[in-house]
Amino acid sequence: MIEGEGMATERIKQPKRKNPILRTRLPTLPPAARSRVALGLTAAAARGRFELQVCRDCGALQYPPREVCRTCLSHRLLWRVQDGRGELITETVLRAAQELFFRERLPWRVGIVRLDAGVNVVAFVHESVAVAPCRVRIEAALDRAGKAVLIAVPENGRSPLSDDRQLREMTCDPRGRKVLVTDGKSALGQAVVRALAAASADLIWIGEAEPWKKIAGFAALHNVPQAKALPLDVTDGRSVRELAGEIGGKVDIIINTADYHRTFGISNRRGIETAQLEMDVNYFGLLRLAQEFAPALKARAADGPANAIAWVNVLSIYALENFPPHGTYSASKAAALSLSQALRAELRPAGVRVINLFPGPIDDEWDQLVLPPKLSPAAVAAAAIEALQGSVEDVYPGDVAQDWLARYLESPKTLERELAGDAP
Amino acid sequence: MKAARQRAKLKAENARPDLSRLLRGLVSSGGVSLVDLTQTLSPDFPPIVLPPEMGQCRPFRMEEVSRYDARGPAWYWNNLSFGEHSGTHFDAPIHWISGRDLPDNALDALPVEHFIAPACVIDCSAEAKADADFLLTVRHLAAWEKRYGRIPAGAWVLMRTDWSKRTDPVAYQNLDDTGQHTPGPDPDCVRFLVKERDVLGFGTETIGTDAGQAAHFAPPYPCHYYMHGAGRYGLQCLCNLDRLPAIGALLIAAPLKILEGSGSPLRVLALVPQSGLKRAHPLSRSRRR
Repeated sequence: MIEGEGMATERIKQPKRKNPILRTRLPTLPPAARSRVALGLTAAAARGRFELQVCRDCGALQYPPREVCRTCLSHRLLWRVQDGRGELITETVLRAAQELFFRERLPWRVGIVRLDAGVNVVAFVHESVAVAPCRVRIEAALDRAGKAVLIAVPENGRSPLSDDRQLREMTCDPRGRKVLVTDGKSALGQAVVRALAAASADLIWIGEAEPWKKIAGFAALHNVPQAKALPLDVTDGRSVRELAGEIGGKVDIIINTADYHRTFGISNRRGIETAQLEMDVNYFGLLRLAQEFAPALKARAADGPANAIAWVNVLSIYALENFPPHGTYSASKAAALSLSQALRAELRPAGVRVINLFPGPIDDEWDQLVLPPKLSPAAVAAAAIEALQGSVEDVYPGDVAQDWLARYLESPKTLERELAGDAP
Repeated sequence: MKAARQRAKLKAENARPDLSRLLRGLVSSGGVSLVDLTQTLSPDFPPIVLPPEMGQCRPFRMEEVSRYDARGPAWYWNNLSFGEHSGTHFDAPIHWISGRDLPDNALDALPVEHFIAPACVIDCSAEAKADADFLLTVRHLAAWEKRYGRIPAGAWVLMRTDWSKRTDPVAYQNLDDTGQHTPGPDPDCVRFLVKERDVLGFGTETIGTDAGQAAHFAPPYPCHYYMHGAGRYGLQCLCNLDRLPAIGALLIAAPLKILEGSGSPLRVLALVPQSGLKRAHPLSRSRRR
């Protein structure tokens, strides 16, 4: 049998146009309340990881998340990545539900999976999984409320969530979607446009600031059939407002690529004029976009299969901790990170996901003197698309970002000193 | 006695010439016309382009403070930000390194008499249309003087190119991968205007009093270098120069009084004697709404 053949899965189809005489549906969410300790599952899922607690004293695996060990009552429970392999031992199809979110989307396939690691978990079951009992793999995903859920997929091979009619809602797949890329002129912006086209986005609106500055790669985007350049300068509130008026009610995904990167610390550049521009694009630009576009996104969060679903910010690994040679830029990205958290909180009630990308140095003119490894703009764009097709909130593309993140999670203070050059 | 003194005082006051009445009379009788030479300050108006690692002139931006709403129920106003050299603007001698040590070289110290001055308009519109890199030379000035007489000391010299009619910012900037291509004066022309004609300053319709390629001249940016080095001024991003006569217009160009200011946007008005006024073509409009 050819792989995929005979499965119940289907690729996303271009949705029909909206019937304008019908009332636009209001968004509903799955139950979002979690205990503090259960949010550990969400914290891992936000980075695309399936983690469970393991007792440091007796080694017992825990499920569901809890305060003390189920076997020895130790409170020293550590979150550890799981491979998720196990057996679907039983399953059922939910055909009635009291919760509005589940009720609107019936039926649901759910099952119990016995992990090889030794605990039983409750999970949604992907359409491509054979009838129980069978081998599966558990993945963590984020639901529309932004909370972790567990999903059983076939043990081997790729089974994208977007291939499942129900689980698709846990992704923000750009296929068939209308997407705004806020700055298409940078190398990164161009790469994102091309990646969206390859991912079969329906329409790609490309923000164009300072039209008098001609960029060859940007001009070449005219050969992307679904792409259309529109004036957008995130430093100009009127420009943002006008574009929101024009396309705010149609856009499903916003990818904020607008970025102003200069390479100065504090003492090697007099004055604050450059730092102001960094803040104006990287921080206030996001704020202007959020104020003008977020209300329309929220209003269209349940607008049929072509609803508003996601907001992607291209931040920087420098947002986590200051990289002193790029000190003011790091500060502006840290400000943007903070604001993106507020945006995430405001968009969550509508079920619109905010995804932050934290790439390491990109191989462009502003990281010219940074030693490799550096990310190509295409690699960052690919990470953005993959994040949308998956079910994550925070993405750290590339070796440098992964390395910094690991050091940051271990000890922020140590990383601060390392970045300041205290370590050889 | 007291009443008589009062009457005499009143009579003396009434006998004093009333400038506003005079000007209103001149304008309403059709003897003088007022022409606005100013572009609208707007976020879309392009600023000067410099290499990105250099300090940048902030483009004009406005952030609303309130608009008859919760932020201010009965009033509308904005906070503005822009570089000193935004839109139609004035350059003071302190703007250039050649003028940095001159006395009274900044906006707050300039003599106000200079803010009202006659203007000579050199029509280069045909040449600029044919060649975006057109340079005004002494030869052109000589031809102009032969026709209209010697450029008087203390006058503005305005280079009309009709560049302000390029309402598309891309065409207005006219950048390619070798930089900007806009008309301006050549070095000898500027030297001649400063040394031989003692002009007040030089005005253009483009972004900058210098030509787009003037970075490659000797000296670089000669109009800035010589004019400001001699304490003279610049006016740029002017419009409606096609409505001015070659001679006879009086310019009112008063920049903002900014402490140590190097330049400022300003409203530039021309008083034009009726016989010298060129009527605007009914279909032509100023660059921006």
